[in-house]
Amino acid sequence: MKILVLISHVPDTTARIAFTNDNTAYDASGIQFIVNPYDEWYALVRGLELKEAQGGTVTTITVGGAETDPTIRKALAIGADDAVRIDTAPKDGHDVAAQVAAYAKDKGFDLILAGKETIDHNGSQVGPMLAEMLDLPFISLAGKLDVADNKATAERDVRGDVEVLECALPLVVSCAKGMAEQRIPNMRGIMAARTKPLQVVPAAATEALSTTVKFELPPPKQAVKMIPAEEAGKLIELLHSEAKVI
Amino acid sequence: MSVIVFADTRGEKVAKSALETLTYGRKLASKDGTSLTLVTFGDASAERLAALDTNKVVVARNIGDADSQQLTRLVADVATKEGAKWIVFSHDDTGKAVAPRVGAKLNAGEVAGAITLPNDQGLIKRNVFSGKAQAWVELKTPVKVISLLPNSIPVEAVSGTATVEEYSGDLGAAKVTVKEVRKAGEGIPLPEAEIVVSAGRGMKGPENWGMVEQLAKELHAATACSRPVADMDWRPHHEHVGQTGIAIRPNLYIAIGISGAIQHLAGVNGSKVIAVINTDPEAPFFKAADYGIVGDAFEVLPKLIEAAKKLNAER
Ligand SMILES: Cc1cc2nc3c(=O)[nH]c(=O)nc-3n(C[C@H](O)[C@H](O)[C@H](O)COP(=O)(O)OP(=O)(O)OC[C@H]3O[C@@H](n4cnc5c(N)ncnc54)[C@H](O)[C@@H]3O)c2cc1C
Repeated sequence: MKILVLISHVPDTTARIAFTNDNTAYDASGIQFIVNPYDEWYALVRGLELKEAQGGTVTTITVGGAETDPTIRKALAIGADDAVRIDTAPKDGHDVAAQVAAYAKDKGFDLILAGKETIDHNGSQVGPMLAEMLDLPFISLAGKLDVADNKATAERDVRGDVEVLECALPLVVSCAKGMAEQRIPNMRGIMAARTKPLQVVPAAATEALSTTVKFELPPPKQAVKMIPAEEAGKLIELLHSEAKVI
Repeated sequence: MSVIVFADTRGEKVAKSALETLTYGRKLASKDGTSLTLVTFGDASAERLAALDTNKVVVARNIGDADSQQLTRLVADVATKEGAKWIVFSHDDTGKAVAPRVGAKLNAGEVAGAITLPNDQGLIKRNVFSGKAQAWVELKTPVKVISLLPNSIPVEAVSGTATVEEYSGDLGAAKVTVKEVRKAGEGIPLPEAEIVVSAGRGMKGPENWGMVEQLAKELHAATACSRPVADMDWRPHHEHVGQTGIAIRPNLYIAIGISGAIQHLAGVNGSKVIAVINTDPEAPFFKAADYGIVGDAFEVLPKLIEAAKKLNAER
């Protein structure tokens, strides 16, 4: 099975969120970047488990400049066989999908795995857009994924129920909680990652369909109203009469 | 020219998120002086559809929501025929799969998870960095796709008189099929809940969740938990909220014995009101809270349950 996993390079979950250039760009100075957790914990690890059980290859793909290489090496250290980086700063979600589609269209991947969203842009756009560009079926927000006889079975939570879905390969899946457990790369993996192939591919010509014009931070929260523990019941009264939420 | 809204109208009654998209679509249509068309699927009766606040309904009867390619063909076909300028979805499970596909198919820019209507410059606001910041986005294409974050705008008109048309085009066979649906137990599904009672490692063990569930029951709330609680299998995985679980935006989030780590807050910071109960006055969650009690959950919870019972008896 030939598996492609989309890997996004994002600020660490505890990173400071601040903006520069008149609030038009994220201030990445001094920020630690990581593999987007949904891509790493769920998509990549499940891809590796499927490969280990059934044979095949796991390739990662990232759209970004050379600053993303350490993030890509981390994915290789966890166990991917090789990596592709499309050498351009992504303009928007559509651009990322278009760049990946241009690369993947004639490579014959059986399974393309994406995280359910990135923790910086939170768009949930790239997986379904890529599926559309490649004319492939798409399963969104899967919490479980198995492959047998060229057919994928996935589970997802919808409206509180669990849906079991089936689809013949090839397809695109967006991966959510439940699919796999986080893997910590070991020393051998980290050493091996240094020499695994990381192919840098020139970008396709694309146009941005959207632009982020400006960022802003939410207004500071009002001070918390404290209620003494002995009078805890008062909380319910305040939520009813003051906050009007119950 | 028109505005298209895609919404799921199945189920006992039309979901609030569907009514929100119709309100959003109606406002866009009024601004442009055009009409509103609802595209939907499934078995909702023609009477029910005709009574929604839209000028026209196009309903595809024989498909479900598992195959995003079929739904994409449906929405793109109606949008093209009507010369739609705006196509509005809910940013829910189905919308997240279909809206980006429609954008890619029609080469239309998409705002994913919009929280406002376009402002005077045509910019639309959305959450970024897991709710820790917001971005104003401009769509540069003539056709624009919006997926609206649930609970972002109030529902206005809920009724109207629409013409209902059955869709007769060819949507192709479904490649993704539903093999089985396992119904959830009783209780309110977490993503749709207006009130959520959530608990963390401070509850000490799964055997102590009875009180949490009881408070949730009295408040007609769904239950949720922090990541370690789900990871230790104290609670089911679908209750895990936060950066790596699900993000929720209820009107009220009550957090009991949860420290308020930044990754937890990322999943709940869109809640309208947050109440925190924690033994540690320095717990970071208090900084994100509207109401707080420094106290032991095992003493505070019975008092809350009692007060909720009293309130229920009074109303
Ligand atoms: C990349 C990444 C992603 C993550 N994603 C998530 C996520 O999606 N969701 C998530 O929740 N976490 C996530 N985490 C973990 C997060 O950092 C915290 O470790 C976690 O949220 C802590 O859970 P907790 O508050 O239940 O437990 P603890 O941190 O152990 O806190 C327990 C709290 O209970 C209080 N307490 C103890 N006893 C009582 C009592 N009797 N009564 C009242 N209060 C009491 C304590 O004072 C303490 O504040 C993530 C971490 C990383 C690194």
